[in-house]
Amino acid sequence: MRTTRRRRLRVEPLVLLGPGLAYLLVFLVVPLGLVLSYTVFQRGRFGGIVYEATAENFTRVADPLYLDVLLHSVKIAGITTLLALALGYPTAYVIAKLPAKWKTLALIAVVLPFWTNFLIRTYAWIVLLNSQGVVNSALGDLGLIDEPLQLLYTDGAIVIGLLYAYLPLMVLPLYSAIERLDPQLGEASANLGAGPVRTFLSVTLPLTLPGVLTGCVFVFVPSLGNFVIPELLGGGHSVMVGNLVRDQFLKARDWPFGSVLALTLIAVLVLLLMAQAWAARRFSGEGDRA
Amino acid sequence: MLRMSAVAVSAALALFSLAACGGGAADGKAEPDTLDPAADLSKQTLTLSNWAGYMPEDLPAKFKARTGAAVTITEHATNEEIIAKLTAGGDSGIDVAFVSGQFAQALGEQGLLEPVHADLVPNLKNLYPEATELAYDPGNKVSVPYTWGTTGLCYRKDLTGYEPDSWNDILTPRPALKKKITMLGTERWMLLPAQKALGFSANTQDEGELAKAKEALVKAKPNLLAFDDTTFGDRLKSGEAALVEAWDGWCPTTEKNIAFTVPKEGSDLWVDTMVVLKSSKNKEAAHALINYILDPEVHAWAAQNIMYKVPNQAAMESLDAALVKDYPHLGMSPADLLKQESLVDLGEAAPAYTRIVTEVTAQ
Repeated sequence: MRTTRRRRLRVEPLVLLGPGLAYLLVFLVVPLGLVLSYTVFQRGRFGGIVYEATAENFTRVADPLYLDVLLHSVKIAGITTLLALALGYPTAYVIAKLPAKWKTLALIAVVLPFWTNFLIRTYAWIVLLNSQGVVNSALGDLGLIDEPLQLLYTDGAIVIGLLYAYLPLMVLPLYSAIERLDPQLGEASANLGAGPVRTFLSVTLPLTLPGVLTGCVFVFVPSLGNFVIPELLGGGHSVMVGNLVRDQFLKARDWPFGSVLALTLIAVLVLLLMAQAWAARRFSGEGDRA
Repeated sequence: MLRMSAVAVSAALALFSLAACGGGAADGKAEPDTLDPAADLSKQTLTLSNWAGYMPEDLPAKFKARTGAAVTITEHATNEEIIAKLTAGGDSGIDVAFVSGQFAQALGEQGLLEPVHADLVPNLKNLYPEATELAYDPGNKVSVPYTWGTTGLCYRKDLTGYEPDSWNDILTPRPALKKKITMLGTERWMLLPAQKALGFSANTQDEGELAKAKEALVKAKPNLLAFDDTTFGDRLKSGEAALVEAWDGWCPTTEKNIAFTVPKEGSDLWVDTMVVLKSSKNKEAAHALINYILDPEVHAWAAQNIMYKVPNQAAMESLDAALVKDYPHLGMSPADLLKQESLVDLGEAAPAYTRIVTEVTAQ
């Protein structure tokens, strides 16, 4: 009897999930499977794949050159994520405490940059940061610097560009986590004698940790894979793993090796996501709240 | 249930792989189709893929008025993008594509191009004789050149204080020019200065030569402001850069102090071409379109508006003297241009070039 009831219930989720699952299967699982299968074959002269098995692609990826690029990318994306958190948390906190009317306005302001094309916003940073640019001439006019600073074409410029591009992705999940926080918990903490710092560290932070982790993933993942910002703002002084993958597919026409690099990137990200899920469960006791 | 779907996925994968398998493999030039010179062009429609802003905007309307064939334009941002589309297998739906010479060569060797039917393109006679001697496709068998040019040094006379004439001016700059230099970041042109300064071919596949070129680039990099493909003209105008590696048409020589020169060690000869796809079902109209573009008035547009040299003698001779004075590179003779080395497809060596670029930028 129980089993028949269960069966009936199962139809509904299947209908609801069906379209989404089919979409994922066709546009995610199948392409991923293809990429996976490419890794063991050889490069065609004009791109594409020659179906002769080889393990060479995997030995090539262990080259220190590519590991350095990967580590460098993780470093850049990591710094970006930490800065986004440092800027995003207070911002989200303040927005969450605003009166309802201002809250909406503030949230619109956060997503407003997305209304302009990403490339244009990145080129704007070239205008701002170059040695004859807005920032340098302002500093010069204020008498703060004698010689223009080298701001553009540095790792710092890449971090600034990534931070600017992805900060909203940090603010939004943090906002939703902080907004849901029961204000009575803070009052209770104060009544029990905890100061604001103690309350923040023992009550607010642990309860918003899932939001923090979600925001970090949202910023870290696209930062790691971005290849436009390193090219435009980094001036080719450094290369990130996104550039590597793009170049293998489009320039070297080496799909198998590009696939190996892409899968390496995916593997790194899956590990990080697993760490995030684990941390969310471990520290908040309810990992799925964010 | 789970097992079932796993089976389904692997079956789908197998099918996909097989389909992909059928596409490539062919390596050899295609036989020409039989085309009908009297075909009714108004029954044909063309899809043309080109870089944005690379031909007159009213071209489809005027071509339709003349021949009756409708033209739809699609755009690609890079050679790589259009090649990916054309080699994906099946009919891309594109009849005519604009690609650089070395890419036309690769497409031709793969059998994806219809040989040029010279009898359907009488305007081929407008081309300079030199424009039939291009290394990637001698005799223009599968491609017709649209624009051509070279790469050189674009500099601010007032900032350099001298007239640079060698790739070494970029690779081992005078102390005053350190951090005031940019080089192109696209791989063939990133390697070009080092290859030419060392006396190598711009198409070299020799491992030893490539290693030496890489070494020169690694040494040059600390003195560069950036590798820059898009904003070097602005960097030069603002004075942030004093000397940049630039494609000839991109050097803002209308500015008072800015000049362009081809280094004494020689440079490359790049050509952008028009090709007709083997898969096109409108090959008569496709040839008519190429013929129309080779009209001197139409072809001169590229020189007048995007400052690229065109291999069309009548078109170049029709240019206003004032324009050539503003853009001296337009006055470069086809004979001088042909002394530069034509870029050809790298084939198996492409990954080696990409690796050098990665190594240099990752340093």
